[in-house]
Amino acid sequence: MTKFWPTVAALMWKDIMLELRTKDIVISILAFALLSLVIFNFALGPSSQITSAVAPGVLWVAFTFAGVLGLTRSFVLEKDQGNLIGLMLTPTSREAIYVGKMLGSFFFMLMSEIILLPVFAVLFNISPFRLELLLIILLATIGFASIGTLFSAIAINTKSREIMLPMLFLPIVVPIIIGAVMASSTAFESGPWSDMVKPVQLIVVFDVVALIFSAFAFEHVLQE
Amino acid sequence: MILRVGFLGLEGTVGNLASSDMIEADGHDFLAIRVRGLTKIYGPQVVLKDLSLDLAWGNFLIVFGPNGSGKTTLIKVLATISRPTDGEVMVAGFDLKKNPAAVRRNIGLVTHQPLLYGDLTGIENLRFHGRMFGLSNLEQRIEKAADLMGATSFLGRKASILSHGMQKRLSLARAILHDPPILLLDEPETGLDQEALEMLGQMMGAGERGRRTVLMVTHSVERGLALGNQVAIMSGGKIAFHEDRSHVDEDILKSAYSRFTGVAL
Repeated sequence: MTKFWPTVAALMWKDIMLELRTKDIVISILAFALLSLVIFNFALGPSSQITSAVAPGVLWVAFTFAGVLGLTRSFVLEKDQGNLIGLMLTPTSREAIYVGKMLGSFFFMLMSEIILLPVFAVLFNISPFRLELLLIILLATIGFASIGTLFSAIAINTKSREIMLPMLFLPIVVPIIIGAVMASSTAFESGPWSDMVKPVQLIVVFDVVALIFSAFAFEHVLQE
Repeated sequence: MILRVGFLGLEGTVGNLASSDMIEADGHDFLAIRVRGLTKIYGPQVVLKDLSLDLAWGNFLIVFGPNGSGKTTLIKVLATISRPTDGEVMVAGFDLKKNPAAVRRNIGLVTHQPLLYGDLTGIENLRFHGRMFGLSNLEQRIEKAADLMGATSFLGRKASILSHGMQKRLSLARAILHDPPILLLDEPETGLDQEALEMLGQMMGAGERGRRTVLMVTHSVERGLALGNQVAIMSGGKIAFHEDRSHVDEDILKSAYSRFTGVAL
């Protein structure tokens, strides 16, 4: 069997090269998330009280739904060009393929979120640049990418893949969204770290379970 | 048991593994492909039904059969893409269920689809494939495989802008990059121009005969009989006919085909 990390690096290199040339994933994530933020901003109006109360929810709705688009694109590129078969023909472990695809999705989602944060700050007049918030975003994105990569691989083999992924993905990531919204809310109010510990723990537990489960389940999802 | 090959002139064990990566075969008999009682069921449909097949090393088996007879499914199972519902499958001496990674090292697959990333160049596609196999001397291998398939001149171009024939050549270069001793070809001639077909014939024919074991699915009687030294006909998910090429001419093949499948070849 080929070595684990060089294979993961090869997969990430391939995904980044493809994305640099097509910009499919980042553009779809950015376009949807930007649009969501702008619409929410206009819908909620200028009242600072309402805005600060709903801002964490708005941020995570934008990140979650935009992330679904990115996750779908990640496997569409493999499936449409028949390359999923090409990947399956390599002697590398299915766990390495999963981790490579997961890290690729994680990277593109995180890059998009980093670009979106300043826009969110301007539209909602909230400073999101707190270390705690960045940690919450990092952990939640790991969870999204971990479970999203598995479900994306499942959905890609179904006829209605664009509908199937959100139907599978969104109910499962509810714990992450709840944890991320709660912790972000405290972070926006400059609350103490102790108030964020429980929601962050929830996200971390989800991440660990999702990563382990998905890595083992991935092989069964790939094979016919 | 350790298999030693070196088709691209690069010495090594199966798949040109480094000496530290040598693979011990699972034992059993030493056929390139050994299938016993293979059944594959998709939902309500039985696609392969109690199929058995032996293919000794160095042989070139041509498989004919009507659409839906299970040819592509057989290739998918042998290539570890599709999981058998039942039965025993040994490829290159490795049990498909117990040691799929070793099977993958020992096979090269060419299908209808080129299995190339359209937005990567030819050389980037081959590099990616080589890195996924953990190959050493990768640039040297790419050069030789591309040269063998006549793909050197367009390695720098994006795969998506290449003609179907050029993509197929790249696909063949990809399939032999890791020097697999067994090639599985699912209608490889589809979309190839005359020059590429001749190259394929050369690659699979006299020059390479006996050095690789090939299982090729085709509808082309002329090409199949010219290349293979064994001929099989699939029907209803089984190998209905399997003969040495020296005992089969075009008339015998056509007659057997219509007898076993109920349709003309």
